[in-house]
Amino acid sequence: MLNVSIYRYNPEVDKEPYMQDFEIDTQGKDIMVLDVLEKLKVQDSTLVFRRSCREGVCGSDGMNISGKNGLACVTPLSEAVKNNKLVIRPLPGLPVIRDLVIDMSQFYAQYEKIQPYMINNTPAPAIERLQSPEDRAKLDGLYECILCACCSTACPSFWWNPDKFIGPSGLLQAYRFLADSRDTATEERLVKLDDPFSVFRCHGIMNCVQVCPKGLNPTKAIGHIRNMLIRSAT
Amino acid sequence: MVTTVTSLGRSGLSDWLIQRVSAFVMTAYLIFIVGYLVMNPELTYAQWAQLNQALPMRMFSLLTILSIAAHAWIGMWCVLTDYVTVRLVGPKATAIRIVFQLGMIAITLLYVIWAIDILWGIQVNG
Repeated sequence: MLNVSIYRYNPEVDKEPYMQDFEIDTQGKDIMVLDVLEKLKVQDSTLVFRRSCREGVCGSDGMNISGKNGLACVTPLSEAVKNNKLVIRPLPGLPVIRDLVIDMSQFYAQYEKIQPYMINNTPAPAIERLQSPEDRAKLDGLYECILCACCSTACPSFWWNPDKFIGPSGLLQAYRFLADSRDTATEERLVKLDDPFSVFRCHGIMNCVQVCPKGLNPTKAIGHIRNMLIRSAT
Repeated sequence: MVTTVTSLGRSGLSDWLIQRVSAFVMTAYLIFIVGYLVMNPELTYAQWAQLNQALPMRMFSLLTILSIAAHAWIGMWCVLTDYVTVRLVGPKATAIRIVFQLGMIAITLLYVIWAIDILWGIQVNG
């Protein structure tokens, strides 16, 4: 039997959050953490968590699994269980709505700030804006982000200043548009980032890189943004 | 864009660059001083005073003092804006943070002035 300890909090009933222990029979199979949660949901239907695609594409089930942020659907028990115990908490640093569900407004507000869309006011060509294979390759490692918030909620700089520091996820997306050869707003984008918080609160501790379930590298993207700022400002 | 008025350079890039350059200057000074002491085990006061009275050495020392001041300003400002915030300390945080920031800036500047006074007050026979 696997021991599972889960963070529970229902603001309408509970005064404060608490950890609830469950026992579950996994029949020795190396199933995913999400499968365990689904089994627990049968035991206790009041348990609340987000999920959708169950294959690491939608980014809904980001949570703190045995101390490390990750997607429950692609984290096998063999990676998460220590001493026959699985500890599941909501992603840290953002307000909890209920159980494992967090309020991600602050995270999306930072995403909105970086204008996550193509800006190009030149007349559109007849068919499409072409891009060379080399320019397209610059977007690899950037466009794959699924906005699960595992990285930003693992970042102390984001914990302390979620309203001012854009966070690893938003900055990875910011560089995705700075690096796009079809985007013409590079300078305008850079000007908005040159303050002591938006980019520069990153101290390069690389928690984001350690937890990203898609294997992306926000710290590297932040380094590229810094280099672009240096190039345009000196 | 987040506006700041008590950070050293106002711009994130400027603070970042100053932090790196000042760290380099402090490292160079440390290597020089330690190297000088190791190379001169029989150092006398007269020799030490002569070294520190030379204009290039005074400039190097002052540059290091300014680097320490800038480095401390940027670092302390970062720490204060991380931990002394309304989110972590409560509604009084802004007032406390401003007092700490201005206090930190005042102390830093006083140390710089004091250091200049010391460096330019050195006399070989004094």
